[in-house]
Amino acid sequence: MSARAPRRALALHLTVVGLLFLAQFVLPAYHHTNVARIMVLATYAMGYNILLGYTGLMSLGHAMFFAAGMYGAGLPVYYLGFGAPAALAAGVAAGVLLAALFGLLALRASGVSFLIVSLMFAQALYLASLYFNEITLGDQGFIVSDRLAPLRLGDKSLGFHEPALKYNAALVLFAACLMLSLALRASPIGRVLIAIRENEERTRLLGYDSLRYKLLSLVLSGGISAAAGASYALLFSYVGSTFASIQYSIYPLLWTLLGGIGTTLGPLLGTGLMFYLVDVASGITSAYLLLVGAALVVLILWFPQGILGTVRTKWLPWLP
Amino acid sequence: MSFGPHLFLALLEGTVSAFVLALTALGLSLVFGVMRIVNVAHGEFFMLGAVLAWFCSSAVGEPLAGFLVALLAAPLAVGALALAADRWILRRIDYHPESTIVATIGLLYVLQQAVLTLYGPDARPVSPPVYFTIEFPWFGYSGYKLVVAAVSALLLAATWWLLTRTTLGLYMRAAQQDLEMAQALGVPARRIYAIVFALGAMLAATAGVLVVPIQQAHYLMGLDPLLLSFIVVIIGGLGSVKGTLVAAFVVGLSDGVVSVFFSPTLAKIVATLLVVAVLVARPAGLFGAARS
Amino acid sequence: MSEDRNNSARPASPEEGISRRRTLQTLGLLAGAGAGLLPGPFSGLAHAQAPSGRPIRVGFQVHRTGIGAAYGRWYERTTVAAAKLINETGGIGGRPLEIVAEDDGTDPKRGPEVVEKLARQHKVDFVYGTLFSHVVMASAPRAGELKIPYFVVSEGYHVASGKLNRYVFQPGITDVRAQVTAVASWILDKLGKKVTMIFPDYAFGYDHRDFLSQAVAKRGGTVLEKLAIPPTETSFTKYFARVPAQTEVLYHVMVGPGVLTFVREMGEHFGAKRPQIFGFIDSLEGVDIASPGLDFLEGTYLWEAFPRYAQAPLAPHVQEYRKRVGVNDAGASMADPKDVSTFSHMFGCWETLFAIKQAVEKSGYRDPAPKDYRALIEYLESVKGFPEGIEHPQGAKTFSGRLHQSYGHQYVSRVENRRLKVVHRTRIEDGMYAPEADYTKQSL
Repeated sequence: MSARAPRRALALHLTVVGLLFLAQFVLPAYHHTNVARIMVLATYAMGYNILLGYTGLMSLGHAMFFAAGMYGAGLPVYYLGFGAPAALAAGVAAGVLLAALFGLLALRASGVSFLIVSLMFAQALYLASLYFNEITLGDQGFIVSDRLAPLRLGDKSLGFHEPALKYNAALVLFAACLMLSLALRASPIGRVLIAIRENEERTRLLGYDSLRYKLLSLVLSGGISAAAGASYALLFSYVGSTFASIQYSIYPLLWTLLGGIGTTLGPLLGTGLMFYLVDVASGITSAYLLLVGAALVVLILWFPQGILGTVRTKWLPWLP
Repeated sequence: MSFGPHLFLALLEGTVSAFVLALTALGLSLVFGVMRIVNVAHGEFFMLGAVLAWFCSSAVGEPLAGFLVALLAAPLAVGALALAADRWILRRIDYHPESTIVATIGLLYVLQQAVLTLYGPDARPVSPPVYFTIEFPWFGYSGYKLVVAAVSALLLAATWWLLTRTTLGLYMRAAQQDLEMAQALGVPARRIYAIVFALGAMLAATAGVLVVPIQQAHYLMGLDPLLLSFIVVIIGGLGSVKGTLVAAFVVGLSDGVVSVFFSPTLAKIVATLLVVAVLVARPAGLFGAARS
Repeated sequence: MSEDRNNSARPASPEEGISRRRTLQTLGLLAGAGAGLLPGPFSGLAHAQAPSGRPIRVGFQVHRTGIGAAYGRWYERTTVAAAKLINETGGIGGRPLEIVAEDDGTDPKRGPEVVEKLARQHKVDFVYGTLFSHVVMASAPRAGELKIPYFVVSEGYHVASGKLNRYVFQPGITDVRAQVTAVASWILDKLGKKVTMIFPDYAFGYDHRDFLSQAVAKRGGTVLEKLAIPPTETSFTKYFARVPAQTEVLYHVMVGPGVLTFVREMGEHFGAKRPQIFGFIDSLEGVDIASPGLDFLEGTYLWEAFPRYAQAPLAPHVQEYRKRVGVNDAGASMADPKDVSTFSHMFGCWETLFAIKQAVEKSGYRDPAPKDYRALIEYLESVKGFPEGIEHPQGAKTFSGRLHQSYGHQYVSRVENRRLKVVHRTRIEDGMYAPEADYTKQSL
């Protein structure tokens, strides 16, 4: 990688963020909210990508982190009247704690075992959200927006129903996590993670405590996923058990794979593309999931590295 | 109902579900064990068996005849589908674990939606081939359920015989233990993989056919058997028939018995966490041998 | 795709539904020419003019896929039938009614996205049609933020509980709390005072658990045991073992694909020595009562919102309704007698569309603008009820403006000779409860 590569990468990322910022002024109303949703969900995918794309650990249980963030933010607002910043912090904290706990338990397994452990653990937490329905209100869920106080910025007060707040809050979240991913990728820690992904044995032989690095990766991954979940609750108002179910563990895998595993911008591309694929397909047929399924198979057959991954391999080796 | 009969009922139920679960999970276990891949669409093969059974029984009309036709036709059809999936998808991605997961998730969506379109969203019943109630002093019990348990046991025994007494079984076990060595010794790996994948699908489909007169055929019915199969395979160890059977019994019986004392949802939570504990302590499962 | 609907009463097959690109405008224009000659049940609707001008567009958030798909299908057929009748009889205030449908996959993530799409991309006047309560909870806030009236056809208590917002209405179907409260008195009077409940271990079940317990306690009965069954359960025998021996009435509201198994295993378990059994038709919506293995239901009771089997004497408007939505005397599709309808729920779509028609016509609504919406909402909040007739074939309704919820009659039916026979019709007051909210106090 030449010395220009990091700067090119940074420029690209800043451009993407800038374009997203400018887009809000030109997007038609319908797509405005869609892009806000996509950015939050893409953050979830970015969190997932840190574990899978960088560290090489596939999880089928990330919904538990998303849900931890969602409930971690939603419950305090609903029951204790927390404001949004405190709720966001609580959500992220919940995700980080859960990830640390889970990591200490599960990281001794790897490969297929880790996958199943993550799946089962997430399933147990999903069932718990149903079991403790007196508090969580179970699958029916609860609405956050009517209890959420507007955001105070200096002397201004912005309600969470305002489209501008939704969009820019989502953008800030996305941009922060994107830059974090980029920084991680370029940092020594990031390089060790990638080394672990390539060949864990060799990395250990080189003297790195792979377990500690994997734990760090998992905590980061869980924290970012939880931040996305918390933001989703605060911006889009609904918290319910559905988001802890296995479907929501499959989504970030899908989005990341589509966009490009191990690329920083892949998750955004994958999330956006899948969103609109479903949106357009459901206008053509009620069996749109069939198109989604077929798309998955086609992708994995011919673009196993995802779109940006393939782009990187074939044309742009400096793409992070 | 007093405690004794209640427990007896729970054990009966647990036994039936254990046998069915063993049959469903065995397919996943073999695929896992021999091919080292996770087939996320495994539950959909089960569902297809059930749905095809409904088509057979509607077409034939008479319950017993319809059921026998289904028992023959559905696994064959699903097996063919699995062979096609192996040939056109899995082989092309070279059985790469992560890619297989993605591909089988795609397959899951395609199968579910195809069934939704062709069969519809309803849960439809299928008449059992034989319908009789066994009257115990404390409660009545479906005779057909016991038939299901018996047939499942037979099929499990047949599979065990296949694995341990035939050349095919030998090849499968060799491929599971050490693929490279097996290939060097002349085991046709690709063909074995295809056969194992088809066999796994057929076992799941057969379980679906057996179970559908007890439940109903519904296009979303594959998810729960998938999750339960995962649990069984993890506890029982990859590729071990004996382990699968033991684990299925542990899961099937304990679910029934624990629900006698605790809320079923709580029982499921505990069961799931137990699986986590097992995997963490012994990543190869309780009976699985570490691969060389 | 929609051309042949003009010529037959056959309901749309699952593959037809409502094509998003086509509207029912053409239909209405063609059929409207014959309006004004319509007899009897249509008095009050007859309009000499065919509908013309800018259509009133209603966005239909339908569960075409996912766990709610079986209901969604019949919701869609009923919607098509109601819209057809509306357009045959002059449309809404002379304007044609156009239905724009989008599948929400019975998914709370997709629900608000669909609301957004209907409101912002398709630019509909109103959004309607959601059934499953978790999707309602997720979607209603967005409708409130978008300030578009959101008509729910859900029978959940969420609207009347005040948890939603002032744009949400449920005029076409009664809520579960009213249903349970209404039948509780009958159960305790006629069946027994010691009740054991079996219900699904999620929101729908909890509503029954809580409201029945309250109603039973108020009328001097006892609930002996509350058995919550996880939603994915496929085998129920072990739960029947936990029903206490002194149970006089077994009350069940199981829903989902496992329901047939549930009833069959209940029969196998109890045999001849069974308590009185009272269930909700929710368990058997879309399922033939005469299915093999359901013999056990003979002599048991079921709540119905709208009797599935045609009860003699059949009022002309009910007869006309049944014909138009395409169900035979057994409540199954005329085109396919094996396709049993969700008769106790789908009428909600029909009645809601007619409520929308009334609201538009009486409030002077013209465009999707804040002042028109305000007029419409304030009009609806002033409505005291809806009379029985072709617009509200299920029965007369009382409407609570402050709760945005309709109240109506409930039916108790008995399974006799593999059919359902109504044995009791509750008064509307039987289902009333103290209001817990007041949407009229919210700002728009």
